[in-house]
Amino acid sequence: MANPKADAPREGDRQPVGISTALRDAGFLALFTLGLSFPILAFRTRQDLTQGLVLDPRWELVATVVAIAFFARLGWLVFGGTITQAATAAANAIGQSLEPVAKYKDWFRWAGLAVLIAYPFLAVAFTGASGALKWIDNFGIQILIYVMLGWGLNIVVGLAGLLDLGYVAFYAVGAYSTALLSTQFGFSFWICLPLAGIFAAFWGVLLGFPVLRLRGDYLAIVTLAFGEIIRLVLINWVELTNGAAGISGIPRPTFFGLPFNASDDGFAAFFGLQFTPLHRLFFLFYLILALAFLTNWVTIRMRRLPIGRAWEALREDEIACRSLGIDTVTTKLTAFAMGAMFGGFAGAFFAARLGFISPESFIFMESAVILSIVVLGGMGSQVGVAIAAVVMIGGTELLRELTWLKSVFGPQFDPTQYRMLLFGMAMVAMMVCRPRGLISNREPSIVLNEKRTIGGDLVKEGHG
Amino acid sequence: MSASSPSSEPILRVEHLTMRFGGLIAVNDLSFDVARGQITALIGPNGAGKTTVFNCITGFYKPTAGRMALFSGGVQTDHAVETVTNSPRSYRRTAKGAVFLLERLADSEIAARAKVARTFQNIRLFTGMTVLENLIVAQHNWLNRASGYSLLGIIGAPSFRKAEAQAVDLAVAWLDRIGLTGRADDPAGALPYGDQRRLEIARAMCTGPVLLCLDEPAAGLNPRESAELNELLLSIRDGNGTSILLIEHDMSVVMEISDHIVVLEYGTKISDGTPDHIRNDPKVIAAYLGVEDEEVGETEAELEK
Ligand SMILES: Nc1ncnc2c1ncn2[C@@H]1O[C@H](COP(=O)(O)OP(=O)(O)OP(=O)(O)O)[C@@H](O)[C@H]1O
Ligand SMILES: [Mg+2]
Repeated sequence: MANPKADAPREGDRQPVGISTALRDAGFLALFTLGLSFPILAFRTRQDLTQGLVLDPRWELVATVVAIAFFARLGWLVFGGTITQAATAAANAIGQSLEPVAKYKDWFRWAGLAVLIAYPFLAVAFTGASGALKWIDNFGIQILIYVMLGWGLNIVVGLAGLLDLGYVAFYAVGAYSTALLSTQFGFSFWICLPLAGIFAAFWGVLLGFPVLRLRGDYLAIVTLAFGEIIRLVLINWVELTNGAAGISGIPRPTFFGLPFNASDDGFAAFFGLQFTPLHRLFFLFYLILALAFLTNWVTIRMRRLPIGRAWEALREDEIACRSLGIDTVTTKLTAFAMGAMFGGFAGAFFAARLGFISPESFIFMESAVILSIVVLGGMGSQVGVAIAAVVMIGGTELLRELTWLKSVFGPQFDPTQYRMLLFGMAMVAMMVCRPRGLISNREPSIVLNEKRTIGGDLVKEGHG
Repeated sequence: MSASSPSSEPILRVEHLTMRFGGLIAVNDLSFDVARGQITALIGPNGAGKTTVFNCITGFYKPTAGRMALFSGGVQTDHAVETVTNSPRSYRRTAKGAVFLLERLADSEIAARAKVARTFQNIRLFTGMTVLENLIVAQHNWLNRASGYSLLGIIGAPSFRKAEAQAVDLAVAWLDRIGLTGRADDPAGALPYGDQRRLEIARAMCTGPVLLCLDEPAAGLNPRESAELNELLLSIRDGNGTSILLIEHDMSVVMEISDHIVVLEYGTKISDGTPDHIRNDPKVIAAYLGVEDEEVGETEAELEK
C-alpha cells in the first residue's frame, strides 16, 4: 500500500457491519436502555386520597422505549453507512448548487432587506388584520429580539472568544432600568433606551473585571453565576424591583410623543386613520428591526476597526496579542461592554413592548437559548446567527401552531413542551454534521488584492 | 560584518537574573548585555533556561530576582538606571531617551512602551486571520489611537482611513521583504512552516521594536530557508537598526550572523564573547550538549560550520 493515509478510514466513513454483530450490539443497547429506564420510567408516582404514595407501573412504556432503542440501533448499524453517504452527497450537492448563488450576494442582501421591510404589510395582506397580529408579534418581533440578542452576544462569544453564559443579565439590566426609570421618574422610552444601554454596558464592564483572568470553563461558570445573581437580586430586592411580582404599567413607546391609542391625540387620530392595534405592532416591528440593524451595522464596522481586529486576535491567541503590546484588559472589557450594551437595548425594548416585566423572563434558559443561537449560527457569522435565530425561535413558535397533533396524541398533548427536546436534538445533529455552526467561514476584515473566505478549520474558537 | 566588540553600548542590561520554579532554578544569577545595533545569540543545551530568560525579558514571567534595564534612545548613564531603580516607577524618560526596568512592567506594556518584540518557539500566529491582518493587528496601538479609540473609526473619518492605508503600506513593505506579498489574503495558518516563521518575525517588526527577541527562528527550516533567514536578520540589524536577541540551536545561523554569543548551561552562564571566542572556549565545547570525550571532536566540527 503506497499511501497509508488513503487507506486509513476517514472520519464519517463506516465499515459495513455483519448482521450478527449488529444484533448483538443492538441487544446490548436494549439491555442498557432497560437498565436506564427502569428507575426513570417504570413507575409513575402519585399521591392517593390518603396522602399515601402509589406506584403506577408503566411497563408498556418501558417496552416501547427498549424496542425503539433496539430497532433504531439495528437500523443504524445496518443502513447507517448508506444513510450517511446519501446525506453527505445531498449536502454536497446542495452546497454546489448554492455556489453560483454566492455571486448574487448583494442582490440577495437587498431583496432580504426589502422583504423584511415589507413583512408586516405582507402579513396583513395574506392573513388579514386579525391574523397578522400573531405573525407580526410572535414571529416578527419575537424573532428579531433574539436576532438582536444573538448579534450582541456574538461580539463577546463569536468575535472575542469569551464564553459568556450569563448574557441574559444584561438583557435584565436593560429591561429593569427602563421599567424603573419610566415608572419612577416618568422618563420616556426614548430617554430610557440609551440609558438602558449605558447601564448594561456599565454592568458588562463590572462583570468583566473579575473574570479577566479566567478562561474556558471557569469563565463560563462565573458568568453563569453572575446571571443568576442578577436574577436573585431582582427577586429579593422587593422594595426596588417589586420582587417576583414584577413591574407593570411601563409606558408604551410613543411615535414622537403620539401614543398608540384610540384617544383624540393618538397616532391614529393625528394621521386621520382608523384606530387599530396593528399600528403599535407595526411601530414595534420597525423599532426592533432598526435596533437589530444598528447592532449589525456597528458590529460589522467594529470588525474592520483596530478594536474589532484585536477582539478576533484575542480569540485566536491571547499570548501573541500581549507580545504585540495589545492591552488585553481593555480589549476584553470593550467586548463585554459592547455586547452588554446591545443586550441592554434589547431589554429596554422588551420592557416597553410588554409593559410588564418580572424576573421570570430572565432565567438561565434565556442565556442558553441565545448562546445556542450563536453557536448554531456559527460563531462570528452575522448571517449565520440571524438564520439560527429564525429557525430556533420561529420553530418554537411554529410548535404552538401544531394543534392538529392533539387529534393524534390526545387532547392533553402540548407540542411546546417538546421545545427543549427539539432544541437539544437540533444541537446534537448540528454538532455532528457541522461542528462549527451553520456558517463557519470567516470573512477577512481587510483585503489587499482579492477577498478569500477563510475555512472554519483554521479559525480558533477562543479559550474562554 | 561589523566587527564591534561585545563591550559596545548596551540596549539591554540583564543583571543577576534569577528565576525559580518551586525547587527548580531555571535561571541562576545571569548577567549579560545585549549590544545596541547588534545580533546577540543566547545558546545552550535543551532545558538550559533560554526561553525562560526570554519570558522574563518580555514580561511573561516575573523573575524571582534581578534587574533588566532597557535603554531606548541614546546612551544612558548608570546614574539614570539607579534613579529609576530607587524610585517606585518602572521607567524614566531622559533627554536622550528612556530607561525601562522590564521586571516592573507587564508583558503588553513591555511591547507597547519599551518596544521589545518577540517571537515564540512554537509559532503563535493568528491562524484564522489573513497574513495581512496579522501584520495590521501588530500595529494595533497606534492605529487604535488613530481611530479615536473607535469613535472616529466608526464614522469612517478620513484621518483614520489615511492611517489605515499607512498601516497597510508598512505591512506590504514587510510582505515584500519576506516574499509573501502574493499570499497577503490567505489565512496565516495555511502557510508552509518556513513562511509562518518569517511572517511571525515580520509581525513582530511591524510593532516598530528597538529590540527583537527571536526564539529559535531557524527551527524546522531547510538549509535554503535558513540562509534566507540569515539575510533577513542581517537586513533587520543593518537596515532597521533594530537590535536582535536570538535563541538558536542551528550553529550555521548562530556562528554566521551573531556579533556576540552568550552560552547558558543549567541556567548559569558559562561563556560570553564573540563567535570566535565561543568556538574556541573549551568549557563550551565540553559542556555544550553535555558531550562525552569522543564526541568533543564532532561538536567542534559542528561549531565550526
Ligand atoms: N512555567 C514553568 N514552570 C516550571 N518549570 C518551567 C517553566 N518554564 C520552564 N521551566 C523549566 O525551566 C527549565 C528551562 O526551560 P526553558 O524552556 O527555558 O529551556 P530552553 O533553554 O528554552 O530549552 P529548549 O532549547 O528545549 O527550548 C526546564 O527545566 C523547564 O522544565
Ligand atoms: Mg526554549
